[in-house]
Amino acid sequence: MDSSFFFGISTMAYILAMIIYITYLASGKKEIGIAATTVTIIGFISHTLAIGMRWKEFYDLSGMGFLRSVPLTNLYESMIFFVWCLILGYLIIEFKYKNRSFGAFVTPIAGLALAFIDLSGMSKEIQPLLPALQSNWLLAHVMMSFIAYAAFSLSFSTGLIYLILTTERKTESAYIFWTFTLGIFVTLFFLMGIDFFTFRVAVKPEVFIKSYMFRASFFNPSMVVKILSWIAMIAIIVIVWRYGSVLKMVMDKFGISAETLDEITYKSIAVGFPVFTLGGLIFGAIWADQAWGTYWSWDPKETWSLITWFVYAFYLHSRMVRGWRGKKVAIVAVTGFVVAMFTYIGVNLLLSGLHSYGDIK
Amino acid sequence: MEQEKNKTFIDKIWDLFASVKFAIIIFALISLTSVVGTILEQRAEPAKNIQILTRIFGESLAPTLYNIFDKTGFMDMYHSWWFLTLLILFSANIVICSIDRLPRIWKMIREPISPLTEEHLEKVSIKRELVVKGKPDTVKDFVTGAIKGAGFNYNESKEEKGYQFYSQKGSFTRLGVYITHVSILLILIGALIGIFFGFKGFLPLPEGMSSSVALLHTNSLTRTEEHEKERILDAIWTSSGSISSSSATLGMDENTLKAKMHKYGIQPLGFTIRCDDFDVYFYGNSDMPKEYKSWLTVIDGTKEVLKKTIAVNDPLSYKGVTFYQSSYGMMPNAQGKFILRITPKFGAPEIKQLNLGERFVIPGTTMEGTIRDFSPALSFDKQGRPITYTEMMNNPALFIDFKEGGKGKYSGWILKRHPTTAKLPEGHSVEFIDLWGVQYTGLQVRKDPGVWIVYLGCIVMSMGLFIAFFMSHRKLWVRIAEEKNNTKVIIGATTNKNRAAFEGKINKMITLLSKRDAETGSAGRRKVDG
Ligand code: HEM
Repeated sequence: MDSSFFFGISTMAYILAMIIYITYLASGKKEIGIAATTVTIIGFISHTLAIGMRWKEFYDLSGMGFLRSVPLTNLYESMIFFVWCLILGYLIIEFKYKNRSFGAFVTPIAGLALAFIDLSGMSKEIQPLLPALQSNWLLAHVMMSFIAYAAFSLSFSTGLIYLILTTERKTESAYIFWTFTLGIFVTLFFLMGIDFFTFRVAVKPEVFIKSYMFRASFFNPSMVVKILSWIAMIAIIVIVWRYGSVLKMVMDKFGISAETLDEITYKSIAVGFPVFTLGGLIFGAIWADQAWGTYWSWDPKETWSLITWFVYAFYLHSRMVRGWRGKKVAIVAVTGFVVAMFTYIGVNLLLSGLHSYGDIK
Repeated sequence: MEQEKNKTFIDKIWDLFASVKFAIIIFALISLTSVVGTILEQRAEPAKNIQILTRIFGESLAPTLYNIFDKTGFMDMYHSWWFLTLLILFSANIVICSIDRLPRIWKMIREPISPLTEEHLEKVSIKRELVVKGKPDTVKDFVTGAIKGAGFNYNESKEEKGYQFYSQKGSFTRLGVYITHVSILLILIGALIGIFFGFKGFLPLPEGMSSSVALLHTNSLTRTEEHEKERILDAIWTSSGSISSSSATLGMDENTLKAKMHKYGIQPLGFTIRCDDFDVYFYGNSDMPKEYKSWLTVIDGTKEVLKKTIAVNDPLSYKGVTFYQSSYGMMPNAQGKFILRITPKFGAPEIKQLNLGERFVIPGTTMEGTIRDFSPALSFDKQGRPITYTEMMNNPALFIDFKEGGKGKYSGWILKRHPTTAKLPEGHSVEFIDLWGVQYTGLQVRKDPGVWIVYLGCIVMSMGLFIAFFMSHRKLWVRIAEEKNNTKVIIGATTNKNRAAFEGKINKMITLLSKRDAETGSAGRRKVDG
């Protein structure tokens, strides 16, 4: 039994948990809820074991120190860790707020993400580290960045659900904002799926992620396909906008209060922000200082981390301006995560930089 | 409203800078302009950015947009006047906002806690009540025990029907936000000190060579300037850094020379650094680099004062100047020396430095070898013919011809990365240690006296954030009053953060009190029974 066996178990457990959570929401029976939590915890334990085993495998192979062998050195490993943090964060919230409804949203994200990582064949090979990556600061930097990203992703979901629950009119700007954001997310997800089935077989995973994303749509050489992709995106956004109230009705059934959502959004950011500051910005700066002799060089990845930081600082401070409670700050929280995701994936995908880490030059 | 009107212009400016709204605008402006700065490549050739703009906006708009962005400083925006202005506004905002609020916060911190009246106690945000058996004087001790158990040192005041205990904790945590804000200023100050009193340069240093200067980033030079820069560098390198003897060789007076050095970004180090050797190590048989290493020596005056082997993530520092392993490469047209370690079957090893075509003898035998060929990166094609697959020293190999007693014996490749190729059939060994003197190590050279302030700022920021988010100012009032021969306990509390955690603590106090009450109650009954 190796680490991928346990990753498989966690993937299945999360997807199973999703089904049970939904059953729980539909039936309202407490026992079913407990079963859902149990399955999630089993998945989480197996996930933890798998990460531990991979760490050990890397340690045996690389012959480097134990800390240097932390399995966080490529996109594959970092996404697995991200999902791990997400589930951990969710479990903490479930126990603290004694509310399971939220599990129906988090477990499918976790299950699908793990399945996607597995299907896309993202390099699972254990690769030795380039000299610049051989630093103990790397462990601290990457690990804390992902803890922060996971916290931000929780605040994103609660912020989005908050907006879904509290907006009434289709002409309201907050309503337009969330339907637009969700529409774009759905579109990108869909188009990435098309890319995946069109090109994935032909090229290596790293090359796929770097050069073939959206090649079947926005970046297609044919003008017709390009225009069609844009039209498709606009169509999806309009559909989400038109039928958003259906989603609101579904959410209303879950019985999560808007105040709880607002509080979880704030709490997640209150955890994510300091962790991101210390791990993402400060440790990143120290690492760059050790490796290249500049703690700050305004390269795109660094600049985008700073932008992410400013957006969340914006969030924290906007709560203090009168009249900015509720929807407005929820919009900032949702935007913050979109920016954070761009920092994590978009910069490598669309902008080149000093440490476009995860690919080997 | 009246007051609004009477405000002077200065007051208005002050209010603007003290407002969080203004901070939010600044956050937005810095973020949005930075986005543009990551799309356009900074300090790049114009062609590059025109290409980027063409890709986004199409052929027709690109040149106009380029001109607009160029005029407004977006091509090097993080050094532009307006970005600097934004940062200054940002700093002013933090300073003024903090000064504006600090007196109030300070009062809150210093203010001692006092007992609350009944009406006030009704209104606090966290409130619990319970009735316990016995008079206030008998329950007093375990109530105060519970307060201590929750981690509070209390004050006590006697009241008409009982007592009130009151206490507060963590009032200083209200400063967490201000500590965070100050840390941002520290970081900006540290960065400014680095910009004004430090430098950031580069130094390609060939094996065996030394330098007493580093090269800084300059604006592009004309051909004649480029030529003059080369001449000055040559003079400085040959005079091992002496300004006076260089100025003599160049026929320039010292001040002119210094001015020219400044213009061409030739930065004196104040000492000399020498590269003794450079090497790359690879993972297994792959071409994936595992480590780059430079063996460096610092010479101050005429003395060798420091030797260190540096690698990526492991730099050398001397007198505030730090050398980082950053890149490497081959010197064009360099003549290196092949270094071999020759070990006869029965005998001690011997190190030899040889040129291409040169002969050597295996000590104590009549066998001699001649270096016929060299490849920096040897591989074999499909037909088995030797090829060089890159000009970098990824797999250096020597082709050696062996003769014994004047007669040809055999020949073959000896590879540096594959020690087994060094063994000869007779039991001798000829190891290829290095080709020395053809590679240069690329050193990043930095002096930054502000970096410690930046790090201090980072530490202060971490502490400030920790205090701001994970600690809170908690106040607790407990009132006990007689009520029909029993005692009514009222607990009131406030906190500025993490209310749930504090409530948990207070609920624990309640549980503790009611449990003790049950125990003493039954004990009391037993007494009555007896
Ligand atoms: C990126 C820079 C900044 C960071 C990282 C930062 C950080 C923080 C943090 C962490 C808090 C506590 C928030 C909370 O508890 O939810 C805070 C509060 C605050 N910040 Fe900032 N801040 C920054 C810039 C500014 C600026 C420029 C101003 C100027 C107006 C400002 C004014 C305030 C105020 C008034 C508070 C509330 C203080 C209180 O609750 O007593 N901040 N800041």
